[in-house]
Amino acid sequence: MKTSAPSLFSAALAIARKDLAAEFRSRELISAMLVFAMLVILIFNFALELDVGVRQSVTAGVLWTTFAFAGTLGLNRSMAVEKDRGCMDGLLLAPVDRSAIFFGKALSNLAFMLLVEAIVLPLYALLYNETRVFKLEFLGVLALGSIGYIAVGTLLSAMSAQTRTRDVLLPILLFPVAVPVLLASVKASGGIIAGLPFEEILVPLNLLIVYDVIFVAVSFMIFDFIVEE
Amino acid sequence: MIEVKKLVKRFGLKTVLKGLDFSAQAGEFVALLGPNGAGKTTFLRILSSLSRPTLGSVRVAGYSLPDESAKVRARLGVVSHQPLLYPDLTAEENLQFYARMYGVVNRAARVAEILDMVGLEKRRRDLVGAFSRGMQQRLAIGRAVLHDPEAILFDEPYTGLDQDASEMLDGVLRSVAAQGRAVVMTSHDLVRAESLATRFDVLTRGAIVASALRDDFQNSNLMDFYKKALAA
Repeated sequence: MKTSAPSLFSAALAIARKDLAAEFRSRELISAMLVFAMLVILIFNFALELDVGVRQSVTAGVLWTTFAFAGTLGLNRSMAVEKDRGCMDGLLLAPVDRSAIFFGKALSNLAFMLLVEAIVLPLYALLYNETRVFKLEFLGVLALGSIGYIAVGTLLSAMSAQTRTRDVLLPILLFPVAVPVLLASVKASGGIIAGLPFEEILVPLNLLIVYDVIFVAVSFMIFDFIVEE
Repeated sequence: MIEVKKLVKRFGLKTVLKGLDFSAQAGEFVALLGPNGAGKTTFLRILSSLSRPTLGSVRVAGYSLPDESAKVRARLGVVSHQPLLYPDLTAEENLQFYARMYGVVNRAARVAEILDMVGLEKRRRDLVGAFSRGMQQRLAIGRAVLHDPEAILFDEPYTGLDQDASEMLDGVLRSVAAQGRAVVMTSHDLVRAESLATRFDVLTRGAIVASALRDDFQNSNLMDFYKKALAA
């Protein structure tokens, strides 16, 4: 019987594929994230009583708050499921670099978050009559912001999953650390909606890219130590 | 195959393993016996690279832990109380996933072979969440031998199984052990351990205090040996 040690990339893909297959069947995570995201948008609508002028200035903030809260639900569940069923040990026993677990989980978390965004965005546009959220630049910022948020979220959820208070602990750890990515995302996407020239959104955009690179690199380096007993 | 010398494991101020020496050769089936809290599971977690030793030397299949842990993991199969399976995936999908993680070549054929070995080929498209505890444990053994490991660790594999499921598991364990691997099994079930193992080590208070071969029990039995070891 022949085996050849899988590469980090193929192991990460196997984990992401497994998560997607399991979620496709149970639909536990996506449905919870979606319902939550829609409720948050509705609550903002009623709470702020948005008129046309106000809507333009708060759209980016409302959307990112919604995605951040919904994303936290997914992040919490994704690692907790592995821990509760003891499957984290199954992943740790595989003869691969353990950062493959981080990349696999981050890939599937990102897929879930992008799927929720893809459903919520048209709904937001319809409810608030705001079509500028479909601009290509806006979608690019959405992707960059989601990558940064998911990278740091996946790392911290691996940490919090090992504690009894993980449901409370993850948001407490995540939101302060994710402040730079959320601020940069709100600033960049708000600028695009307001029709500001590209030079004016360059600073938050650069900050987003740097944040993404730093957090993916840091997670790659320290994930092994976080999951080790 | 497995060589452990002067192994110490501390959790904070508590020392769980206190200079433990152990070895198991290819083809040997070692039953590791001992009361709750003796350190059996901690010892198996160190052997499987899930936990780092505090002091001492641990070598599996010629590779040292923790430095060469990926190489050790490629040569080791582990079955614990939990089956390490995903309930929302089918039996076949679970094995396919682990085959990818272990880099098994010719995956489909190997998965079919393993499902046949553990007697679950007819349930291969059923979700693992719908399996009984016994079926899950058989599939867990299939998962552990998927990459044809040189050594296998069983941590209380009979936990939660009824009589029929336990007997079925006996057969699977025997066939796994008969393939020349080194097998280490922790168990509280002395009757089962006596029928399966070729050597019996008693681990208590963080060290192995007694060891005997199956052939040593001509005029006594495992229960007497175990009681004496614990009383000493």
